[in-house]
Amino acid sequence: MRAPPQSRRTMTEIPAPGRPIRRLNLEWLGVAPFIIFAVMFLILPTLYLVSAAFVGRDGQLTFDNIAGLFTDQILAAYWISIRISATSAGIGAIAGLAITLAIIRGRLPDALRSAIMTFSGVASNFAGVPLAFAFISTLGRLGLVTIILKALFDIDIYRAGFNILSFWGLTLTYLYFQIPLMILMIAPAVDGLKREWSEAAQTLGASSWQFWRHVGFPILWPSFLGTLSLLFANAFGAIATAYALTGSSLNIVPILLYAQIRGDALQNPGLGAALALGMIVITACANIIYLVISARAERWMR
Amino acid sequence: MKPNKLWAWIVFGIGAAYFLVPLIATFEFSLKMRRGYYSFDSYASVFSDPRFQTTFGYSTLIGLFAIVVGILVVVPAVYFVRLRLPHLRPLMEFITLLPLIIPAIVLVYGYIRLYNSSSIIPFTGSALGTDVLLTCAYVTLALPYMYRAVDTGMRAIDIKTLTEAAQIMGADTARIITSIILPNILVAVLSGAFLTFAIVIGEFTIASLLNRPAFGPYLQNIGANRAYEPSALAIISFIITWGAMGMIQLLARFAPRTSARTD
Repeated sequence: MRAPPQSRRTMTEIPAPGRPIRRLNLEWLGVAPFIIFAVMFLILPTLYLVSAAFVGRDGQLTFDNIAGLFTDQILAAYWISIRISATSAGIGAIAGLAITLAIIRGRLPDALRSAIMTFSGVASNFAGVPLAFAFISTLGRLGLVTIILKALFDIDIYRAGFNILSFWGLTLTYLYFQIPLMILMIAPAVDGLKREWSEAAQTLGASSWQFWRHVGFPILWPSFLGTLSLLFANAFGAIATAYALTGSSLNIVPILLYAQIRGDALQNPGLGAALALGMIVITACANIIYLVISARAERWMR
Repeated sequence: MKPNKLWAWIVFGIGAAYFLVPLIATFEFSLKMRRGYYSFDSYASVFSDPRFQTTFGYSTLIGLFAIVVGILVVVPAVYFVRLRLPHLRPLMEFITLLPLIIPAIVLVYGYIRLYNSSSIIPFTGSALGTDVLLTCAYVTLALPYMYRAVDTGMRAIDIKTLTEAAQIMGADTARIITSIILPNILVAVLSGAFLTFAIVIGEFTIASLLNRPAFGPYLQNIGANRAYEPSALAIISFIITWGAMGMIQLLARFAPRTSARTD
């Protein structure tokens, strides 16, 4: 009843400048909670940390905190974090692509396909502390796989140098959410490879290898690279799994930052902020690569 | 294309082994609490632990609040941006992408420094304030998923026509959103809600650093101190995640198929 009748037709149009103020207020009122929320819980805290990274103990502008990152312990932490993220992203991307190709191009039964997609949705969210428990029960010293390998094949993986609390242990654990994430992200691109293209290639006498070499992989490549960078950022920020698995024994950046927040382990709040800034810069770079590449990849998705 | 099938089955087999073996191993381990034979003792031990009940209840409650706040923040914004302010779309897309770029541990570090007990808004000064901050942190974590779910839902219905029709019938904007738009995108909103719940229920980093008695820190504590209960908890967590995802799949069948008219 309250809506003025003359506004009926214009409700759905973009308001031209100089429309009645009351109407502008209303739509901004709807968007305002979102904007306020984003400013309070995303933008301000991040900006605060970024600026804190450039403030010394005395409150003056300084680059000491950034320079402080270049110590052996912190550089080593970044290096291990980058290695684990890159390795788990790389293997996860290749394995995920292989499974996606198997279910879509390999024409596995439809029921299997939908089961795998559902499972991927679950597994990509099954991260954090419980995932660490699962891998300790599997590959820990008393894990089922460890025991079976020892009993049946006389292979002691721990004597062979494996440890679930190590680089490869953590990487293997991260793959449990990296591979499903890859499957979910790359499936639309693999679906986009039209059957006509491979039929056309076959008609022209191309072998299966030639089709993939000159048509298939070049089309998938941008989506592949893009998702790879997303997986990298995903692993780089993860902490719960690593913390539950290794406690604070593995020196990766999120665990170092956790210790800093908990008890000022670096004994310098500014350095803590710089550590956080370093994480943002690295994940932001990975995501910018993703955005640029995925914008390019979308050309093929029509 | 017959030979193609073999490699597909091999890849599938390796993948299935990698994903199923840890689940089987965890389940088997969770049954071994009593020496000599399998039993569900570890599950009984978990369920009878009062800390399990209180932390799980606490996380469920915070999760429900996060869902409600998330809906209140996202739905009106997406509605007005789609209807009247399309130039704000790129900004919304960018903002909702931020939680994927900024790691959760960095966000909570920012909260702790910015909203400490001596700041203008001292969220961390009281238990209730910290609960509010934790809720908002979870809304932020789930923002990318809630936004995409709601946005997809609104794309599938013709909100312009619905809004015009409702206005002709004399409905005001609040009424249009609550009794026209919301019921039509209910499936999408519920998908976002279940995804939020799946993300929030076992979350460790933020709850632990804000020192709240949530399920995630409890899990970590049990993992550090017990032998068989962690694997029981891992199985329980997996079932909860599966339940939330299963609900989303189930809901997708009821999604309205009447997309925006093209005539």
